[in-house]
Amino acid sequence: MLQIEDLHVEVDGKEVLSGVDLEVPAGHTCVLFGPNGSGKSTLLHTIMGFGQYKITKGRILFLGRDITHEPIDERARIGMGIMLQRPPNIVGLRLNDMVEAAGDGHLDTDETAGALNMKSFLERDVNVGFSGGEIKRSELLQLIMQEPCFFLLDEPESGVDMESIDLLGRKIHDLLYDKKGCGWDKGDCSKSALVITHTGRVLDYIDADCAYVIRGGRIMCSGRPRDILRDIQERGYGECIKCRMVKL
Amino acid sequence: MPDGQALRRRAEEALNRKGAFGKDYDLDEFEAASRERDSYESLEEVSPEQKQTMMDVGVLPEAEDRSGSLVYMDNAVVHQSSADQGLELIPTLDAMDKYDWLSEYSWKAVPVDKDKYTARAYLENANGYFIRVKAGKKVKFPVQTCMMIDTEKRTQHTHNIIIVEEGASLDIITGCATSSHANESLHLGISEIYVHEGGSLNFSMIHNWGEKTGVRPRTGVELGKNASFVNNYVIMKPAGSVQSFPTCYLNGEGASAKFNSIAISHPGSEIDLGSQVVMNAPGTAAEILSRSITLGGEMIARGKLVGNAKDVRAHLECRSLIMSEEGRTLAIPELEAMYPDVEMTHEAAVGKIAREQVEYLMARGIDEDEAVGMIVRGFLEGSIRGLPESLRKEIDDAVNMANVGH
Ligand SMILES: Nc1ncnc2c1ncn2[C@@H]1O[C@H](COP(=O)(O)OP(=O)(O)O)[C@@H](O)[C@H]1O
Ligand SMILES: [Mg+2]
Repeated sequence: MLQIEDLHVEVDGKEVLSGVDLEVPAGHTCVLFGPNGSGKSTLLHTIMGFGQYKITKGRILFLGRDITHEPIDERARIGMGIMLQRPPNIVGLRLNDMVEAAGDGHLDTDETAGALNMKSFLERDVNVGFSGGEIKRSELLQLIMQEPCFFLLDEPESGVDMESIDLLGRKIHDLLYDKKGCGWDKGDCSKSALVITHTGRVLDYIDADCAYVIRGGRIMCSGRPRDILRDIQERGYGECIKCRMVKL
Repeated sequence: MPDGQALRRRAEEALNRKGAFGKDYDLDEFEAASRERDSYESLEEVSPEQKQTMMDVGVLPEAEDRSGSLVYMDNAVVHQSSADQGLELIPTLDAMDKYDWLSEYSWKAVPVDKDKYTARAYLENANGYFIRVKAGKKVKFPVQTCMMIDTEKRTQHTHNIIIVEEGASLDIITGCATSSHANESLHLGISEIYVHEGGSLNFSMIHNWGEKTGVRPRTGVELGKNASFVNNYVIMKPAGSVQSFPTCYLNGEGASAKFNSIAISHPGSEIDLGSQVVMNAPGTAAEILSRSITLGGEMIARGKLVGNAKDVRAHLECRSLIMSEEGRTLAIPELEAMYPDVEMTHEAAVGKIAREQVEYLMARGIDEDEAVGMIVRGFLEGSIRGLPESLRKEIDDAVNMANVGH
């Protein structure tokens, strides 16, 4: 599904990713752990193609195609979708209009929003005055309507209160594992995801197949999600078992 | 009228007085447009081209859901109809003949010697529309008026007087346009608006001038106690030079005024829009909101709030997007307060469209042009509540046509 090879990325003239190699096989959910400022969001934003992130070396393959220099909307059209950690506000644009423009019209906006307790937000300006949890649900609503086959989720559980996290977790689960495929005809595509989690809480809701740890703009290790999470919880990011093995 | 002579003298003295803002026009280069034109019993009778010109500025030829219509073409009233008791809609000169008391309103909110444009309109004895809503009358549907210049190289002058009596309410939609064969012309439009105690007026204007048309409206508004006035001004199409700076006086306690202007300045256009609210009574409130874009033309957004009494509240907000390397944008917000007990604020922001917003929409599979269009539409209409549907449509169409994504 996604292959990243020796990716170097600069933001504002400063190198933030320094040779990332990573793969998300078709049908797999991979999680990305890493301390604050390690480059997690940068990696996701670069995969989506946001302009601020300058790729100085390496490449990104998506569905077997080199998309390193493809525009954002083209990536979205071939099946990539992102849930941002801090999306911008758009004054004057109603959430309803954004959601309808994102979808291809076959999912009912009201119904989808209703299931996320977001119906009353459809008339509001996109993200303006939304709380942390409301922003997540707004992002999720947009993603559901967009129907991608590859999901980039940036800390879906951050800033969400305890009650909302259950709804959010279940909806993310449905989105990732619903066997309806990708909504429109993308041939043999099967849903896959790359999910950033700082706390690991989202692991209670998704069936993660693999995990990566990023530190200082490099992938330090990979392995089974639960093992890696336990390591991080017990010893912190500095000392996960594999990292120590690498050092030896 | 006793003071007719005095007015004339003042006007004559002001004939060479340049406007405070905007490029100067030599009025002698333009002949006055005709005062004689065929009139129409029904607006359905006008030519298909004129019909289209009207519809483009929100004037409905079938006048459905309108309480009355008046069309002023060149310098002649060519159509008038009013379908509501308590609402009077007639040519200004007819009203002057009919009502002696009108001299107390005429050339009061707009001084005759403000500049050469007001002076010329006075000396030409300009006709226009007179609208009066009798006390207590709530007019259900909007009145529509249309000002159309139909002859090349001519001056249109109009003198409009609107009176909303105690406790009455009215919506007006005015469309101003040049027909396709009149481009290099001049519009001098005097509007004097009076809203008495407890009355309310919602006045919306759509403009669609020629690429070389000069437009010099002069508007004065006076509000009585607890009266309210909302002015929506929309100009989306190319225009030669538009300069407008209406002044609204809040003379009665508790009066409120709101000026919303939404403008696009195309390459070659000079759009200089502003408004001024003078709060002369305690407890009055004012808001001036301006949203503009330059696509390569000159865009000036002015706003001035004057706090002449205690306990007044006012806010001024000018935001402008620059969407071209050419062009120029100038935002000039001004606050003037004579009392300490006032709450007056302003905000001005000029800049490019936020790339982050465009990319956010693109990440949802929306192409770049469409994303820019959605953001621009939101920018223009978004913060202005209660914009009439016809204005909203005008903005949507203009954003689509201007292809702002490029
Ligand atoms: N827009 C930006 N401008 C400057 N530096 C940035 C920008 N975005 C990210 N960075 C820097 O890149 C590094 C990685 O940030 P980020 O990818 O957001 O980390 P994470 O998501 O892992 O917390 C940080 O040092 C951060 O300060
Ligand atoms: Mg982050």
